[in-house]
Amino acid sequence: MRITVSVNGQSYTRDVEPRLLLVHFLRDELSLTGTHWGCDTSNCGVCTVQLDGVPVKSCTVLAVMADGHEVTTVEGLERDGELDAVQKGFVECHGLQCGFCTPGMLLTAQALLDRHPDPDEAQIREAISGQLCRCTGYENIVRSIRWAAEAKS
Amino acid sequence: MQVPATFEYERANSVPHALELLERYGPEARVVAGGHSLIPMMKLRLAQPEALIDINDLADELGGIAVEGEELAIGAMVRHTELLESATATDLFPIFRDAERVIADPIVRNRGTVGGSLCQGDPSEDLSAVFAALRATAVIQGPGGTRTVPVREFHEGPYETAVQPNELLIQLRVPVAPGTGSAYEKVERRVGDWPVAAAGAVLRIEGGTIAQAGIGLTAVGAGHFCAPEAEAFLSGRAPDEEAFTQAGRIAAEHCEPHADQRGPADYKRHLAAELTRRALARAAGRI
Amino acid sequence: MSYGRMHRKEDARFIRGRGNYTDDVRLPGMLYGAILRSPHAHARIVSIDTSAAEAHPKVKAVITGQTLAGLNLAWMPTLSNDTQAVLATDKVRFQGQEVAFVVAEDAYSARDALELIDVEYEPLDAVIDARKALDPGAPVIRDDLEGRTGNHIFDWEAGDRARTEAVFEQAEVTVAQDMIYPRVHPAPLETCGALADFDKVTGKLTVWCPTQAPHAHRTLYAMVAGLPEHKIRVISPDIGGGFGGKVGIYPGYICAIVGSIVTGRPVKWMEDRSENLMSTAFARDYHMRGEIAATRDGKIQGIRVKVLADHGAFNGTAQPTKFPAGFFHVFSGSYDIETAHCEVTGVYTNKAPGGVAYACSFRVTEAVYLVERMVDVLAAELGMDPAELRMRNLLKPEQFPYTSPTGWEYDSGDYPKALRLALDMAGYDKLRAEQADKRARGELMGIGVSFFTEAVGAGPRKHMDILGLGMADGAELRVHPTGKAVLRVSCQSQGQGHETTFAQIVGHELGIPADDVEVVHGDTDQTPFGLGTYGSRSTPVSGAAAAIVARKVRDRAKIVAAAMLEASADDLEWADGRWSVVGDPSTGKSLAEIALGAHSNLELPDGVEGHLDAVTVYNPPNLTYPFGAYICVVDVDPGTGQVKVRRFVAVDDCGVRINPMIVEGQIHGGLADGVGMALMQVMAFDEDGNHLGASFMDYLLPTSMECPSWELGETVTPSPTHPIGAKGVGESATVGSPAAVVNAVVDALGPYGVRHADMPLTPANVWRVVHGDPFRTDLAIP
Repeated sequence: MRITVSVNGQSYTRDVEPRLLLVHFLRDELSLTGTHWGCDTSNCGVCTVQLDGVPVKSCTVLAVMADGHEVTTVEGLERDGELDAVQKGFVECHGLQCGFCTPGMLLTAQALLDRHPDPDEAQIREAISGQLCRCTGYENIVRSIRWAAEAKS
Repeated sequence: MQVPATFEYERANSVPHALELLERYGPEARVVAGGHSLIPMMKLRLAQPEALIDINDLADELGGIAVEGEELAIGAMVRHTELLESATATDLFPIFRDAERVIADPIVRNRGTVGGSLCQGDPSEDLSAVFAALRATAVIQGPGGTRTVPVREFHEGPYETAVQPNELLIQLRVPVAPGTGSAYEKVERRVGDWPVAAAGAVLRIEGGTIAQAGIGLTAVGAGHFCAPEAEAFLSGRAPDEEAFTQAGRIAAEHCEPHADQRGPADYKRHLAAELTRRALARAAGRI
Repeated sequence: MSYGRMHRKEDARFIRGRGNYTDDVRLPGMLYGAILRSPHAHARIVSIDTSAAEAHPKVKAVITGQTLAGLNLAWMPTLSNDTQAVLATDKVRFQGQEVAFVVAEDAYSARDALELIDVEYEPLDAVIDARKALDPGAPVIRDDLEGRTGNHIFDWEAGDRARTEAVFEQAEVTVAQDMIYPRVHPAPLETCGALADFDKVTGKLTVWCPTQAPHAHRTLYAMVAGLPEHKIRVISPDIGGGFGGKVGIYPGYICAIVGSIVTGRPVKWMEDRSENLMSTAFARDYHMRGEIAATRDGKIQGIRVKVLADHGAFNGTAQPTKFPAGFFHVFSGSYDIETAHCEVTGVYTNKAPGGVAYACSFRVTEAVYLVERMVDVLAAELGMDPAELRMRNLLKPEQFPYTSPTGWEYDSGDYPKALRLALDMAGYDKLRAEQADKRARGELMGIGVSFFTEAVGAGPRKHMDILGLGMADGAELRVHPTGKAVLRVSCQSQGQGHETTFAQIVGHELGIPADDVEVVHGDTDQTPFGLGTYGSRSTPVSGAAAAIVARKVRDRAKIVAAAMLEASADDLEWADGRWSVVGDPSTGKSLAEIALGAHSNLELPDGVEGHLDAVTVYNPPNLTYPFGAYICVVDVDPGTGQVKVRRFVAVDDCGVRINPMIVEGQIHGGLADGVGMALMQVMAFDEDGNHLGASFMDYLLPTSMECPSWELGETVTPSPTHPIGAKGVGESATVGSPAAVVNAVVDALGPYGVRHADMPLTPANVWRVVHGDPFRTDLAIP
């Protein structure tokens, strides 16, 4: 069926099977491979994108469900050549190693700071608790998000 | 990656439209809202519906959390995050905050819905125990209009509910009474996991004694997610530790937990008692 | 002592979503593969009917074991000189084993077609519990191997049995403890997969694959498939975590290659998460009985251990050939122990193959867990504080280099200093006082100590090879005329930040900014041969190669500088990143100036070639031996058995830290692994061999909520054998931390008389342990 999805501010119209998962729509139809997938059961969160500004796991959303909605992926975080504060924070505080969970973490972090500009460590830990990272032990992800909060304020 | 088999997809634009679509596609159609239970099952091909009726556009029609008369009304499309953050709901019933904080994870909670959780009918589901403890009523709409079913009669077995294939759960209604305290206690192997066991408690105290107790249990094989024998025991008693301990014991006796990788049956039965006791004590402290 | 906390060069692409992982690679005309897997742990294949799948309009090929048998590819060698079925022909031997491969025009259709393949199985009794594998009458799993009548793979021992027995016979105190290090999986967030592209015209095969060992893969492909090695190119692009699970060659890789050869088009196959957990390399699965002999005042005299090692259905462990139990025989740990002896028996079971994966440093993980648990068991027996008992027995700085009772040569260390620092950071005495107060109130708090010595950087070629390939690494360094450099190395980062740290090494040696050094890796056509990144060997081996090759360039630059300065090379000195005439810094020539000179018309001495490029192969003289002291503090809820890790103090000594920021990141990740393994991660099986941890719903990995804020400390004892004094660190925390967590929980349960509990310490397990009725954590909970 024909769907139109706004991704990172740009509108895309495609004919898709109803069963196509949003993560595959982004990766395969739009070549936005910054969004990864890591499990099939919505546990790992590496496929996290923002749907109408809210973080969701795109492996458990059908592309057709996003018809008429706005999706933000990691490729949409940098605006006019300026990195988002969370992107800068992850570099500053070594919040990534293999980089596979990073896009999802960044999108959750950005959404968190939009709603809570000054989160404490506990709030940050809770916000990212649906996303696994196998490299960092989360320590530097937490610090990165705190760095971004401070940089923004 | 695992992917679902093919199916037809329809987006409902109103409740009557959704009912019409359900009528048209028949029992092999499934309603999808958040999709966090159904879509993984479809990817594993354990569920292969012929059609999906997407009701996400009914978020307004089936949304909202509000006190209506003597009841708190919660729309079936209310997402977990919304319930967690609703002062209206959590001020009246802190049990919602307790439970929602430990249901899945924040991102799943952004998408998953209250109605969807109940309709999945998973025997380890948290809100089923919460609404059972609260003695809530489910409002179900079908071709002939709406009907109400007490949540304690909503679940007819594992993954089976009172909602017929041509019906839609549209709302939960929770009786509101002064002097009520509530709480939820859950043991999980890890944040975001399904419960090893969990217990919810709702206590209404009048004149220093328990006027009514509600106990909800999940993952421990409690019939209809509740513990009527323990509730009966508490009725009219003073809300003290001894009564709560005994109520926990009674609740546990009436459970039929099964061993799985979350734990052996004896442990789960122990948790039924322990968590019931803790939830009752916490609920009492919140009155 | 470090080269600086430089931000990572890699990050620029990753934070923009511009990493390039295997599944991100797309080629024109690409087809997609999917694997049909066995639902049974042990069954004879009666028939396979692929006709319906072949009739699917989008299916291009269906490959079975019979197809492969025709190409002599139905079986492949494993890294332990055993064989493994690529696609099953006779029997399936574990649940999830590969049975058929479908190639289709899109990934969804490939999945659909799997449902159209009809396989008839005749189920057989399965061997699931390793302890029953050698029972008389146990089903024989490997009846494909000629003459095989049982499930025994090997017996192996190390140390001095007679001397150890003598010490135990005369000891004042002996303790013994059975323990399981259960089967776990590294579960990197990116699963395994491969994109194979065979060009029939050029005869060139290109394989994109998240491999930690691209060169080893290329050579093995050449050996297995008979393809000429120069016509094989393995590209390991960005890897979404490896942790040892991406060292070996999996059947799916071979299937993708065959699929491309058969269809003439590129074929991509990516496993899903369940396939990843069910079929790729697991780790551990060691059933151990440890014993310690000591004096009554706490001097440890001897240690011995018997191990039953579950290797699964095919012996596919990845370790140096000489050592079928990896480096397990480093189990005397960090202590001055007179004698040690271990015996390891490996057996087949109806489970997935593997055994060495998951940041284990070739089974140092199991060894450290064993000795650190045993020391705590001894402490409980003696009524001694476990930190004091360790301090009493730790090797002393003056004992290094130290030869262990099983033959290891520890390079350097100051162990008491590291332990003292950890105790100070933790406020150990205060914690013990708090614990006493809490115990008086019926609350359960535990303090766990572990001390580890790692053996990493395999390895001296004389002793260490994998399938005959010696474990030395090459490096090539090109310096362009303007003084910018390109380093080419054989190892491959899975997040360790080699593009940054290796540039720092070269920059440090040549006096140029690390930003001026590009690191090329992960492409066999672009890099020299080497064995890859695992066993914490990148810095010890390839990192050393990088330093050595840079020094070769520097030496060559000296000759060029001498020509430029019209001086004798003997009169030059290297200072502040310049070659200058001794005593006259104003004459100094930077590398950039010298590089231009080396490419110019400058007249060089006879026999000296122009340019500055250099190559080297580094064959390490010894392993490196990082070490550390860890302290974990937990609170246990006696009513529910829930464990909360409150604090974790980690003091690591990995010699010179190239980039402390990256080192700390490596340690953080390993500590989370320790919490995960100690508290939740396990792959258990029911009696029929059904995998009970085959998704992330059941195989639990720690989240941000279970991990405390790690408290790190460091000491620096340079390695005397490494050119820049560095030691490997990638696996230290994974190796050292599980014992600290378990020791803390067992310590918390002291009031119940508990001396041991097996991982994972789930709430149910802890509660049962408290009630004196523990269950086997590696089997279905009864």
